[in-house]
Amino acid sequence: MTINYRECCKLALRQCLDEEPRAFLMGEDVGAYGGCYAVSKGLLDVYGPDRIRDTPLSESAFVGVGIGAAMNGMRPIVEVMTCNFSLLALDQIINNAATLRHMSGGQLGVPLVIRMATGAGRQLAAQHSHSFEGWYAHIPGVRILAPATLEDARFMLPAALKEPDPVLLFEHVFLYAMEGELDASVRAVDIEHAALRRRGTHLSILTYGASLQKSLSAADALAAEGIDAEVIDLRVLRPLDDAALVDTVKRTHRVLVVDEGWKSGGLSAELMARVCELAFDELDAPPTRVCTAEVPIPYPKHLEDAALPQAATIAAAARRVCGRG
Amino acid sequence: MAELAFAMPALGADMERGRVVRWRVKPGDTIGRGQVIVEVETDKGLIDVECFHDATVMALLVPEGVEVAVGAVIARLDVAGAAPTAEGPRAPPATEPARLPPTSAAPAMPPVATPLGARVIASPLARRRAAALGVDVATVAPGTSGRISAEDVERAAATSTRERDPKEAMRRAIAAAMAKSKREIPHYYLWQSVDVTDALAWLTAHNARRPVTERVLFGALVARAVARAAAAAPEMNGAYLEGAVRSSLEVHLGFATAQRGGGLVAPALLDAHTLDVDAMMSAIADVVARVKSGGLKSREMSAGTITLTALGELGVDGVLPVIQPPQLAIVGAGRVTERPWVVGGAVVVRSVLTLSLAADHRASDGHRGARFLQNIVKNLVPPEAP
Repeated sequence: MTINYRECCKLALRQCLDEEPRAFLMGEDVGAYGGCYAVSKGLLDVYGPDRIRDTPLSESAFVGVGIGAAMNGMRPIVEVMTCNFSLLALDQIINNAATLRHMSGGQLGVPLVIRMATGAGRQLAAQHSHSFEGWYAHIPGVRILAPATLEDARFMLPAALKEPDPVLLFEHVFLYAMEGELDASVRAVDIEHAALRRRGTHLSILTYGASLQKSLSAADALAAEGIDAEVIDLRVLRPLDDAALVDTVKRTHRVLVVDEGWKSGGLSAELMARVCELAFDELDAPPTRVCTAEVPIPYPKHLEDAALPQAATIAAAARRVCGRG
Repeated sequence: MAELAFAMPALGADMERGRVVRWRVKPGDTIGRGQVIVEVETDKGLIDVECFHDATVMALLVPEGVEVAVGAVIARLDVAGAAPTAEGPRAPPATEPARLPPTSAAPAMPPVATPLGARVIASPLARRRAAALGVDVATVAPGTSGRISAEDVERAAATSTRERDPKEAMRRAIAAAMAKSKREIPHYYLWQSVDVTDALAWLTAHNARRPVTERVLFGALVARAVARAAAAAPEMNGAYLEGAVRSSLEVHLGFATAQRGGGLVAPALLDAHTLDVDAMMSAIADVVARVKSGGLKSREMSAGTITLTALGELGVDGVLPVIQPPQLAIVGAGRVTERPWVVGGAVVVRSVLTLSLAADHRASDGHRGARFLQNIVKNLVPPEAP
């Protein structure tokens, strides 16, 4: 049966609400409107207004409420419409959610899950299209997840809800409409490890989120030219799966990082640094990056496409890494 | 102030690359003209390369064990820093035979490997692979990226394993030189049977007064005769380079010598035209010994102006030899054999030798070749007093 990513997110929410009586969903327009990306459409009718709660347009306030509820025994799932708006709640996320266990000497945990949409590709312009998951991955005290497949969209949220500490889950806006068959054999996923999505021998493409599908397309094109690319889906952006990085570099000796964030000070820079720190002697070429152009994401489609990593630019960079560019 | 860039010499027309095996000098050393400064391994074996300047060594640019192309600068010398010599600045360029321009086989190619002390750009994996394979990463030529990759190291390791077989390398070198000769040089051949009975009688008398170790072999007589004839035959003695004959006033007679285990070299008997019979004999004994044991000098490998090949010991009557490029001619000698021979209208038994000449038709014609052959005979029978 064909299913899309959005429906997987909804099934994940339903599983959480069904299995965990302390769980509730809270955010802007998640109830009557059904969520701005329609993930929670219909849930208000099923679970009622106590568990599907619309909030005022005040990210700082409702994220703070979520933190308080979590500290007091609830299992809140807070939806922030896009990560661009989450900047209004940075103080709550970083100064409270991420630090309270440490500040309280282990007495107060914050078992909070925050879902947010991230990324570009839908012509929503610079204030709705940025990728800030790399920023959050800088912060100790939170776990950062980036589901890029139907299975991860379906099962990462229930796993996150079981965590004793805050988890931020970034759903890429471009993936909501992605359709496919959900692997029926998968009943749960871990939120610890990167995943090998395509095995190869000539280079490793390290990526996550919407860039995963673009990287897989690039890998198919490269295969036709005799370049056999391995594709690693990072999945968990904090803490990073160092062992998986080392493992793949040991196999291929060449690294291409694909990240929809900007290069400067970004997650791609962290990945490059770790590859060099942990697997320097395995490298046969300088690690290389394909990232978003260092501009606010443009509104016009052709400029937005040009600013983002695309399968063609990924393939071109892969050729260079392999000395064939 | 004159700084001299000392390049990997072409030790033979067919040499394209040489490996620096051992430096005999170090930076700061004062060296004299003719001093051996480096040992170089070529397809023809280990050669001592001499410098033909009084100079001070400024820098050695290629580490031991590294192979570079002919023409690559391997050392910098300060020529003015040393006492001037009689020849002064007109001294011939290092390692080149006098009055001959650099051979065509010495193109000014950039060094393939990295100069000593320069940073080697190699990937971390390439360095690790090189260490595991026992390859000096500085000797590896990088691919198009300019950075040495693990693949480049593996290719170099595979190549150097192949090239470590000296027999195969020598065979390739001979193949290249002889194919070039037959491809480019229009050979013509002349031969003549010569009564050498008187020469042998002279030799017997000459040797009778000497201890066994100082006895002269017949080959020395032939070598001397060829050298003297060559000194008077500019079309036979020198090189054919860039479409022109470059005659040499000196005769450096290449003496074709089979190597143990196969292969062939023809080190030059330097200034062979000036040697008397005894000196010729000791010169031959010297180079033949060094062909077997190593220690041939660079000048001996590159300076030959004409070659002699003698195969009589093996019973052949005569030989139609192939010219060693870029030389102009080669003389062949078969065995000395007793034959019926007409002398003064009567058939008598005489000792007869078949001499042959292969010469470059671009440089000379059969008429001159015949004269040259006659001159050899004249110098052979009877030998002049030494």
